[in-house]
Amino acid sequence: MRTDITKINERTPWQGLTEGLQMFAGGTSRLFATGEWRTNTPVLIEDKCRQCLLCVPVCPDSSIPVLEGKRGAFDYDHCKGCGICASVCPFDAIVMKEGIEP
Amino acid sequence: MKRAKAIRERMSGNEAVAFAIRQVNPDVMPAFPITPSTEIPQMVSAYIANGEIDTEFVPVESEHSAMSAAIGAESAGARTMTATSSAGLALMWEELLLAASNRLPIVLTLVNRTLSGPININCDHSDGMGARDTGWIQIYAENNQEAYDNYIQAFPIAEDPRVHLPVMVCQDGFITSHAVENIELLEDGPVRDFVGQYEPEEFLLNPGKPVAVGPYSISAYAMEAKKAQEDAMEQSRAVIAEVAARFGELSGRQYGFFEEYRTGDADYIMVIMGSAAGTAKEAADQLREEGWKVGVLKLRVFRPFPDQEIAEALKNCRAAAIMDRCESYNGCSGPLGMEIPAALYRNKVMIETADYIYGLAGRDFTVEHAREIFAQLRDAADGKIPAARHAYVGLREQ
Amino acid sequence: MSTGAAENYNLKSMLSRPERLAPGHRMCAGCGATIGVRAVLRALHEEDRAVIGNATGCLEVSSYMYPYTAWEDSYIHNAFENAGATLSGVETAYRALRKRGRLPESEHFKFITFGGDGGTYDIGFQSLSGAMERGHDMVYVCYDNGAYMNTGIQRSSATPMFADTTTTPAGKCSAGKVQYRKDLTAIIAEHHVPYAAQTTFTRDFTDLHRKASKAIYTEGACFLNVMTPCPRGWRYETSEIMEICRLAVETCYWPLFEVDHGKWILSYTPKNKLPIEDFLRPQGRFKHLFKPENEHLLALFQEEVDRRWEDLQYRCAQG
Repeated sequence: MRTDITKINERTPWQGLTEGLQMFAGGTSRLFATGEWRTNTPVLIEDKCRQCLLCVPVCPDSSIPVLEGKRGAFDYDHCKGCGICASVCPFDAIVMKEGIEP
Repeated sequence: MKRAKAIRERMSGNEAVAFAIRQVNPDVMPAFPITPSTEIPQMVSAYIANGEIDTEFVPVESEHSAMSAAIGAESAGARTMTATSSAGLALMWEELLLAASNRLPIVLTLVNRTLSGPININCDHSDGMGARDTGWIQIYAENNQEAYDNYIQAFPIAEDPRVHLPVMVCQDGFITSHAVENIELLEDGPVRDFVGQYEPEEFLLNPGKPVAVGPYSISAYAMEAKKAQEDAMEQSRAVIAEVAARFGELSGRQYGFFEEYRTGDADYIMVIMGSAAGTAKEAADQLREEGWKVGVLKLRVFRPFPDQEIAEALKNCRAAAIMDRCESYNGCSGPLGMEIPAALYRNKVMIETADYIYGLAGRDFTVEHAREIFAQLRDAADGKIPAARHAYVGLREQ
Repeated sequence: MSTGAAENYNLKSMLSRPERLAPGHRMCAGCGATIGVRAVLRALHEEDRAVIGNATGCLEVSSYMYPYTAWEDSYIHNAFENAGATLSGVETAYRALRKRGRLPESEHFKFITFGGDGGTYDIGFQSLSGAMERGHDMVYVCYDNGAYMNTGIQRSSATPMFADTTTTPAGKCSAGKVQYRKDLTAIIAEHHVPYAAQTTFTRDFTDLHRKASKAIYTEGACFLNVMTPCPRGWRYETSEIMEICRLAVETCYWPLFEVDHGKWILSYTPKNKLPIEDFLRPQGRFKHLFKPENEHLLALFQEEVDRRWEDLQYRCAQG
């Protein structure tokens, strides 16, 4: 009964929805892009980044992935552009750019 | 299924249900005390304390929390039940809807008691009737035997994959719950085999297979979900009948959506639910002796509502009295007084009906009352008097 | 009995744990609640499974909007006032199924439920108190943003005095909320649960992580009260959340402390306690307090903060 959410949308007939609207899967929200909410966009200046990772836990949108102890590129599909990461960076390695594009 | 051995006993309705719980040994039971259902969690607690069963009892701080914890436990994969009455059921109301919409096969044993106010501890059906649109299957019992038998059938109905809905098993407060009567019990083994092991396919505690329960839903999905829930209620009709047939083979006791007592050739039929059906049957027996053709239709399954079957059962009588142990404050009748005429009309059965309110807050309903109602039915059918509308039985008047 | 000793904290290794809250939820930009949730869930050991509970509120309507769940673990939302009771049921089912051999021995589940301050201090208080008193092996996490944010910033019993909310609007005849806030952490500690703590976000999240880890790995009912600022309701720039949290702690508006098996412990004492104005000034909800005629209200606020801070210091000195 595991759910394939690509088969569920606003045109799905009632027989095609999951029982009790339960979701038999985890983390399906990854398929929903919230990046388009942005009015400002964080941009990483890689030369300045010292990989202190202080920007990672302050992200409300889990949009700074960590791989092998290092932060990766911003997940622009989901980043909402709140600017917390830029304000906590001790090395000014993140700047906020106006608009949705990095 | 092989016929099981009968054990003859004497028990109250609460004792009978507690005994059935002991036999089923559910995984989890959250409950909160309220008269007159309190004895059930007390007896279960004693069974646990004595090592007879190992159900996890959760002594919650309210009925709202009882149903909330039941929803948590059932979602987590545990066979779960609770017991309550009256205000306890009213406090659960929000959660009753969630148990049903989350499609959780919880079983609730309801000992019917009036709702306040004034506060009163005696029987009527205002608690169960207040929950009639919450999406629960509702099965009512006439006596301790039926309370026991209905409880055992509740889990196989609720847990059937075609259904996955909660079931409320109702018995009348004090009249059934506290009165000691003869009963035929089944042995533990056959009951356990009949109910079976609970093996849900998806549940919160299934390692590596996460489940999310209770979403926010936009309008694009919510109406479809409600239709699916309604469809499950519709599907439950067949399952209730199948389970009753299986139970009949096991016990020798036959159950349908309702019992037809001497209705075959009856001119006048009383439609009634719960313990007062016994009183109605006694009146019918007396009147039959006196040469009248009268009978009783005792409704057992109120949700899903067997509208076509009721219409079929009543179509050949001259008039039917519809008995409500509950006010609806709609200015016309009690709930059955609305639903049964609707069932007749939809099925083009145009017999005379009369509707009565009886037994509120434990008011006695006597054989004499029932005889008088049959007499009124006859006179109404003969056109001598108008059919009773929203008439209170046994009420003092100026 | 596990005493839940806090694990050694290393930001880098903790952040290397798999993310248990997926992106794509609909919380506002800059929301404090999900920062708090992520920090709590990071304290779960990788090999442990979890069932997450959630009271109705912003977090719930935004994190599981059908068919999109942000939760990688099993998750249950039931209603507004019953997150405590609901997770009690889940935890009881776990014990029942384990006892009956219906779950693999090798699998271990932890139970964590999140409720906002409305669902925790107010409408869910009875359910929470019941769950704590019964001692279910679970953690109740209040993400306290000091008002009913989901319904549009109405006052709760966690709202600070004088806050301008939509049901305590500041106006010609009103200086905002009249009452001071309920001290829920102390109230739950007085249930004599094994562990209750108050925390918020600090630079590297050590305090929150340590407390979450203790709460999750201490057997019995544990409680965390996490201040999670709300930029909408508090009216500050979304980027400034960490500074707001720092000021809450440095002014002693939101002291960091824990009550571990009955022992009251201050987690942090500011070297120079800052005046309460420093915390209030950046927030639009307190703007009216900075009119010249309202100076006495600031003094009242300060007095209450001082009184509570002294009281807490006294309790912690007693141990």
